[in-house]
Amino acid sequence: MTDAPVLVPATGPDTSGRSQWWDVWDQFKTHKGALFGAAVFLFIVLAVTLGPLVWTLEPTFIDIRARNSGPTLVHPFGTDQLGRDILARMMAGGQVSIAVGLTAMLISVLLGTLIGVTSGYFRRLDNVLMGLTNLFLALPLLPLLLVMVMLFRETLARSFGPEMGTFILIVSAIGVTSWMQTARIVRGEVLALKEREFVLAARSIGTPPRRMILRHVLPNVLSPIMVSATLGIATAIITESALSFLGLGFPPDFPTWGRLLFDAVDYLQQYPERVFWPGLAISLTVLSVNYIGDGLRDALDPRIRGR
Amino acid sequence: MVDIEHGAEVEPARPLVKIRDLKMYFPIHSGLFRTHVGDVKAVDGISFDIMPGETLGLVGESGCGKSTVGRSILRLYDVTAGTVEINGFEIAHVDRDSLRSKRPMMQMIFQDPQASLNPRMTVANIIGEPLDEHMKLSPEERLARIYELMDWVGLNHVFAKRYPHEFSGGQRQRIGVARALALNPKFIVCDEPIAALDVSIQAQVVNLLENLQKRLNLTYLFISHDLSMVRHIADRVAVMYLGRIVEIASREKLFAEPLHPYTQALLSAVPEPDPESERNRKPIVLQGDVPSPANPPKGCNFSTRCPKVMDICRQIEPGIYDFGDGRQVACHLYSESMTMTGEPTAGETTN
Repeated sequence: MTDAPVLVPATGPDTSGRSQWWDVWDQFKTHKGALFGAAVFLFIVLAVTLGPLVWTLEPTFIDIRARNSGPTLVHPFGTDQLGRDILARMMAGGQVSIAVGLTAMLISVLLGTLIGVTSGYFRRLDNVLMGLTNLFLALPLLPLLLVMVMLFRETLARSFGPEMGTFILIVSAIGVTSWMQTARIVRGEVLALKEREFVLAARSIGTPPRRMILRHVLPNVLSPIMVSATLGIATAIITESALSFLGLGFPPDFPTWGRLLFDAVDYLQQYPERVFWPGLAISLTVLSVNYIGDGLRDALDPRIRGR
Repeated sequence: MVDIEHGAEVEPARPLVKIRDLKMYFPIHSGLFRTHVGDVKAVDGISFDIMPGETLGLVGESGCGKSTVGRSILRLYDVTAGTVEINGFEIAHVDRDSLRSKRPMMQMIFQDPQASLNPRMTVANIIGEPLDEHMKLSPEERLARIYELMDWVGLNHVFAKRYPHEFSGGQRQRIGVARALALNPKFIVCDEPIAALDVSIQAQVVNLLENLQKRLNLTYLFISHDLSMVRHIADRVAVMYLGRIVEIASREKLFAEPLHPYTQALLSAVPEPDPESERNRKPIVLQGDVPSPANPPKGCNFSTRCPKVMDICRQIEPGIYDFGDGRQVACHLYSESMTMTGEPTAGETTN
């Protein structure tokens, strides 16, 4: 059969000149939830980054006479027990919380994938790495986090400044203590993939392990990684709030969503609306990221794409 | 019969593939300390030769080690013992780097075309992977080579950007064949390449394999449990039972007059197309199951099920008896008439 290569296929448009990322985008667009999630997430990110330019009240400015005020025109979300504007604090806190969530998730997913893939692919390392994973799973995480904070807060604060230092500390502490689930899921998937015939075929070609992992293994474990990444953002935001609550996260006057939530818990009886805003923001962020992850996973799978 | 060009040479050609006493054991670990308690003897000391341009059919029932032989020959497993020589190069025990440079001459076609193609790669990338690994080609040269390979196996060029799930089983197997051909191999292991295909597609793929063999002078090890297909494509046939070769002979002789009791039973199970002779066919039904390869019986492996079993079969492992013309049988039935030989001889390819 020697058809001319210029032959146009009978079905579908000629996609030869198109990058496959356009196909990914086309599929992503068909996922309503993912589009909606992306819109919400974009809105939240824009609100917390560009919002302070419009709403110029300082999040740390104390107006003690206006304390515990309900929603008014001056303070649309009300004020807290010291009279600080909650809208401004929500925006400032959102920047930190989203940054912490994303960065900690990245660290934990990178670590989890690295350890999962190496332990699944190289049988010799499996016992050692899975032992390490189980060890980390068995560790009581909160005391461990406390020790890490005690040990490194001062040093990091000295070299990066108090806020940046705490950020690095918290992000790495959360990342280092939350990679285990990802590692175990990825290892299981890799063990199954390794026995598939296309991996054997690549071996018979002589593909070295490094390219084997990048070309054949990683793209096929993308779905579980994506799922644990989106769930990881939620866990990271919540762990950060727990740390702040224990007084081991950011300084008390430094707002994060978690901090706002825990401050508001004390006044739950009198002013329940104060729990509502940070809670809503955390839930919306987590939910929208989950939907984005769902859509991305579908869009990156050629079997689902174009259906 | 496939016409083999250099079958006319006066001097017998050197075998392309030379396998001696190949053993592949999979260790069994158990207990608290994962101690080594035994081995699954998937391949237990087999030897054969394949001449250039020849097709050797390897048949046997499920679990007898056919696929393991194919994979061990290509060093997809680290063999336990024995030597594999392809085109004069030792394969079984060389280090990874020198093995990598030998990979292009030996390739494999897999059983399940669904599982043997990475679902996240386009056809062009699948066929192009061997090229990326072993050749330095410009993007244009690479694409030209991919199109050439797609022409060889009869795939339309517009399929290049598509993904494996968009194809039928037969088309997928063609993609697998194109990938195997990419590096101009000399020797291809076909590991049940048609077992997962519809009957209507099987003939297509087998004809494609035959045409490519003629055109590119390929040598095949054709692993199959489909005896009629082996009869069609193979020049010589080796019959395996529980990790060992029990009989190896040219296609005509093996199908006309099987000597080993296992071969006889195997061939008697093939239905005859002619209803008259089908009525008179008396299949030899073997009793019992195949013994576990982790714990093979003493003496001859087939002694537990053999209809012609003798006392000696349960005690002593039979040697290989050579009948000349490349015909060898491992059975005590022929111990009186024949002298034993250790060295397998290559079958002369008949015309």
